[in-house]
Amino acid sequence: MSEQHRGIWVFAEVNDGTIAGVSLELLGVGRVLADKLDVPLAGVLLGENITPLSEQLIHYGADEVYVIDDPVLKDYRTEPFLAGMGKLARMYVPEIILYGATPNGKDIASAIATDLKTGLTADCTMLDVNVEKRLLEASRPAFGGNIMATILCKKHRPQMATVRPKVMKSLPADPARKGTVIEEKLQMKEEEIRTKVLEIIKGPGKSVDLEGADVIVCGGKGMGDEQGFQLIHQLADTIGASVGGTRDAVEAGWLSHDHQVGQTGETVTPKIYFAIGVSGAIQHTVGMKNSEMIIAINKDPDAPIFDIATYGMVGDAREILPVMIKAFDERLRENEVVSHA
Amino acid sequence: MHIVVCVKQVPDTKVIKINPKTNTLDRRGVPSILNPYDTHAVQEAVHLKQQYGGKVSVLSMGPPQATAVIKKSIEIGADEGYLISDRAFAGADTLATSYALTKALEKISKTSPIDMVFCGKHAIDGDTGQVGPGIAKRLDIPPITNISAITKVTKDYVELQRKLQDGYAYIRSTLPCLITIEKEINEIEYASFPNMLKAVHFQPVVWSVDHLENVDRKQLGLKGSPTVVGKMFAPPKQEGGHRLEGTPEEQVKQLVEVLKDKQDLFHVNKS
Ligand SMILES: Cc1cc2nc3c(=O)[nH]c(=O)nc-3n(C[C@H](O)[C@H](O)[C@H](O)COP(=O)(O)OP(=O)(O)OC[C@H]3O[C@@H](n4cnc5c(N)ncnc54)[C@H](O)[C@@H]3O)c2cc1C
Ligand SMILES: Cc1cc2nc3c(=O)[nH]c(=O)nc-3n(C[C@H](O)[C@H](O)[C@H](O)COP(=O)(O)OP(=O)(O)OC[C@H]3O[C@@H](n4cnc5c(N)ncnc54)[C@H](O)[C@@H]3O)c2cc1C
Repeated sequence: MSEQHRGIWVFAEVNDGTIAGVSLELLGVGRVLADKLDVPLAGVLLGENITPLSEQLIHYGADEVYVIDDPVLKDYRTEPFLAGMGKLARMYVPEIILYGATPNGKDIASAIATDLKTGLTADCTMLDVNVEKRLLEASRPAFGGNIMATILCKKHRPQMATVRPKVMKSLPADPARKGTVIEEKLQMKEEEIRTKVLEIIKGPGKSVDLEGADVIVCGGKGMGDEQGFQLIHQLADTIGASVGGTRDAVEAGWLSHDHQVGQTGETVTPKIYFAIGVSGAIQHTVGMKNSEMIIAINKDPDAPIFDIATYGMVGDAREILPVMIKAFDERLRENEVVSHA
Repeated sequence: MHIVVCVKQVPDTKVIKINPKTNTLDRRGVPSILNPYDTHAVQEAVHLKQQYGGKVSVLSMGPPQATAVIKKSIEIGADEGYLISDRAFAGADTLATSYALTKALEKISKTSPIDMVFCGKHAIDGDTGQVGPGIAKRLDIPPITNISAITKVTKDYVELQRKLQDGYAYIRSTLPCLITIEKEINEIEYASFPNMLKAVHFQPVVWSVDHLENVDRKQLGLKGSPTVVGKMFAPPKQEGGHRLEGTPEEQVKQLVEVLKDKQDLFHVNKS
């Protein structure tokens, strides 16, 4: 470790020519940390024909963008990305590098940590810096989310962390922001790379669109049985929402795992999230607590879900839901008539 | 084909409890299990053995009790088991863990060259997923993470289905390589009676640090770990909002009122 390590970097993940949301979120939190440490914030862009995306990183808060634009970087593969990232990190010695905790972000971060023999904190949900000691304080849920642990990397640089998507907030884009673009080359031939991407198929894995949904109706074990859970589907159908479930509801066989919200399921941030018959266990709430509005129905007035709910309704969901479905149905049909008139 | 699967003993996080006063783990009565992802990794290796021949070895780092997860792997159909166990390994973060496991893999491959190393996608306790790619970097073999299917195996290469956030990538990699396994790759089968019997009497090869070669002790355990746990704390509590009061009808009425200006988010079911 030495005094020369300066600056915060964000690994900018590119999918299909677009910068991943999590990378923009990391620029948001990276900006705050960089200002505290009084150092520049940089984005790192690796790929083919990606140089024009530099501007977007600057608009979202980067002062500098390091770019390697090379055909071998077309689709993500560990070997060439590691070579590129390793080269840049050795040349420009940042003190902190942040990655999205996505399959590719975790893959590259783990490889680089081993290459640079430094520490890597996984799946963080909170980041801060100790300015005096120039230490990254990266906190992550541990033991199934029951507790938070702050992990430090005191003697090695760069300090690195992967950060969960949808936890940090990106800044609004500022088209007037200016920054520097630094281009480097990767001397690597396709023949040297031991893995080939044969094909990429988008989307077949996910039939359920929770991530993009504006409204999610999530049911928990409190729906009682499969028949009770039908009320969740009915409400969702009535208002055109996506259906989510807790792990207990999934394990009961009421819906498939791709509907599961939480630590071992999806992380979602809809505009409205209904949590019905859901107790609000931490492993569930880590996946939905950043929703804009949370509406909870639970018969237990002390259920932890009420601690994070915007609106709480205490009562039996199997009584409240039929009333609610009817009310929304009538309301929405009225609107239909009005707007068609 | 020789496949080595790295298997970790983990506490069953489903039953772990935290003492809310002290923010410490209550491990009393918490059973230890074979990491679920590693169970699928062993199962997949056994499938490949049945199809293409060869053998399956498993390797674990942990205290002597970790023998239990090696026996469990034998039940599934693994042939050989190695346990590296030494106080010097204790307190390892992922960098030091991948170092120790790599040293053991190097030793195994001296007598029996390795074609593929399997790891779980992540361990359910540490939950980093960093150990697999770390081992691959140290062995200088390609890592391919998040594998949901092995679609083709030849003498020189494998074809793999890699799970992405929004789809799949199909990858071809030369051998040897390291892959990390997703649960959806297979279903765990019932152990056969002969395998169960074999597991009962099975004793793994146990190595301490002194059995491993060219080891730099500074890279092991706590000493070799760049990360340290600073502090543990309860997750931040958020403040609750409004309670709607009254009968179900009254509550629903208030809710509909509250959501009046959000109705453009709702899509009427035209059917
Ligand atoms: C490592 C790990 C990972 C996990 N990952 C996830 C995850 O990704 N997602 C997840 O959801 N969970 C996860 N869990 C499980 C989590 O800890 C909880 O057990 C789970 O979220 C509880 O589901 P629930 O709220 O449906 O059930 P319960 O906790 O049983 O709650 C049911 C609730 O319904 C209420 N209720 C009962 N009857 C009615 C009624 N008639 N009307 C209204 N309310 C009623 C009850 O008061 C209660 O609050 C994980 C756990 C671990 C250890
Ligand atoms: C609360 C807490 C937080 C932690 N956070 C971090 C952190 O952010 N960064 C960090 O570097 N370390 C961290 N650690 C330390 C980490 O848990 C240990 O290094 C652990 O030995 C390996 O990491 P893992 O459990 O995450 O394994 P993963 O990388 O998730 O495991 C993936 C696969 O590697 C193989 N594997 C892993 N360990 C073994 C083993 N002992 N024997 C055989 N195969 C194995 C298995 O195939 C497993 O499926 C943390 C520990 C705790 C208690």
